[in-house]
Amino acid sequence: MNVHAVKAIYRYEMARMFRTVVQSIVAPVLSTSLYFVIFGAAIGSRITEIDGVSYGSFIVPGLIMLSIMTESISNSSFAIYFPKFTGTIFELLSAPVSYGEVMLGYVGAAASKSVIIGTIILLTANFFVDIEIAHPLIMVAFLLLTCVSFCLFGFILGIWATGWEKLTIVPTLIIMPLTFLGGTFYSISMLPPIWQTISLFNPVVYLISGFRWSFYENADVSVALSLGITIGFLVTCVLVVRWIFKTGYRLRS
Amino acid sequence: MIWIDGLTKTYAGGFRALNNVSLEINRGEIFALLGPNGAGKTTLINVVCGIVNATAGKVEVDGHDIVSDYRLTRAKIGLVPQEMPTESFETVWNTCQFSRGLFGKPASPDHLEKVLKSLSLWDRKDTISMELSGGMKRRVLIAKALAHEPEVLFLDEPTAGVDVELRQDMWNVVAALREEGVTVILTTHYIEEAEQLADRVGVINHGEIILVEEKEKLMRDLGKKQLVLNLPTPLAEVPPQLASYQLELSDDRLDLTYTYDTKRERTGITALLGELNAAGIHFTDLQTSQSSLEDIFVDLVNRGR
Repeated sequence: MNVHAVKAIYRYEMARMFRTVVQSIVAPVLSTSLYFVIFGAAIGSRITEIDGVSYGSFIVPGLIMLSIMTESISNSSFAIYFPKFTGTIFELLSAPVSYGEVMLGYVGAAASKSVIIGTIILLTANFFVDIEIAHPLIMVAFLLLTCVSFCLFGFILGIWATGWEKLTIVPTLIIMPLTFLGGTFYSISMLPPIWQTISLFNPVVYLISGFRWSFYENADVSVALSLGITIGFLVTCVLVVRWIFKTGYRLRS
Repeated sequence: MIWIDGLTKTYAGGFRALNNVSLEINRGEIFALLGPNGAGKTTLINVVCGIVNATAGKVEVDGHDIVSDYRLTRAKIGLVPQEMPTESFETVWNTCQFSRGLFGKPASPDHLEKVLKSLSLWDRKDTISMELSGGMKRRVLIAKALAHEPEVLFLDEPTAGVDVELRQDMWNVVAALREEGVTVILTTHYIEEAEQLADRVGVINHGEIILVEEKEKLMRDLGKKQLVLNLPTPLAEVPPQLASYQLELSDDRLDLTYTYDTKRERTGITALLGELNAAGIHFTDLQTSQSSLEDIFVDLVNRGR
């Protein structure tokens, strides 16, 4: 294994994050904190509890998920798309590295950023609402799995994208609506039956439900199913990345 | 060091950039690959480096297949690309350190310092790439390619659009690499560069290698020598008795040019001068010149058209 290459990519990407700390960390934390202020502290105080949890506390897991999913996709897609755009990708393609090492470096760094952001948001949320974490280990597991799998998804997106528009179209037009409709601000049990059934086709429902269960032991779907779907998504992304590097899809002509 | 057999590359659009190319490059030599734009030089380099997938054929570097043993082969290769892609927001030092790590080498500040100093980049090591001039960016690319101490270095038109100083620096670096036993493959439009540096020359055109030869032998075999005689007064025409020499009279009729073959036992110069004297043609001065590699290259490429 080319450990030096993994370290080089990882350090390089982390250095980029620290160089752009306002954009990478401060901005997502601030925008998520605004949700806590508006929906949690202000409007939330006038909304009744959901499954025995105050509304402000109820939305915390969903908001953390919303933030880490969008940041994971954005960080990792940019990390691989930018070298493609500037042409510096030639160095990566000519280096003695396997797809696994490239993935470890880029996705590892992007996932680290997402974990940092998720942790800061969690700590920030404490200032606005009361939070309990019933199953800390499972919470960490869901957090890590979500960060890694969405970073992988973003990595695939960055390779697939042939322009800046394509890079933003998937997070904006697909991921964001799925997250908003995936139970970030409500429990899907609050929806009419037909919409509950439709919601079950939204994969984000499983992620948010599982993550929320680790906090309050309330879930819309079974935790095992949530975990299974998350792992399944992760494995699918790994296989797609492997195929991309094997065939050179949109990387090698 | 590099063995290429039957290499063919056809791009998705149907363009065949390489057509059954076979080539061997010896360890420690400086090989100049010459060819007009679109001849296939960069595609050939990109296939060996792993950036472009070959359609057919086989390439080995130091006895290892570039596909099945890509880790071994790529670790031995450094590439300075034709374009100048640089990490705009990174410092020179960090970007070189990144390259070294990417190619599997542990950090070595001493080596990086040596490389940066050899390219006159040491005092710019903390400057970010976007603040560098074009010539400096080119130096950074060379430094990045040398950061992992490659055994083979591809220089794809490394001095295109750079100043004389960098060109001289680059030539010095190549000379130093030759001393260290590094194999250098150079593509260039500056034939003077190939003439100055190369041990062997390959000419590629329309995706096919049309010639590979020792530079000295190439210039000896294909090079022509010319004798130019400056006349004191215009000559109306070349006298018929000198027709066998195939002399060329310049437009202003003040120069007579005799082209001869250096390989022949007798060049005919002595006899020509005697016959000129007998014909009453005098001259005020004379010069000899030999065809440059550029003349030979143009001649070869034109023959292929």
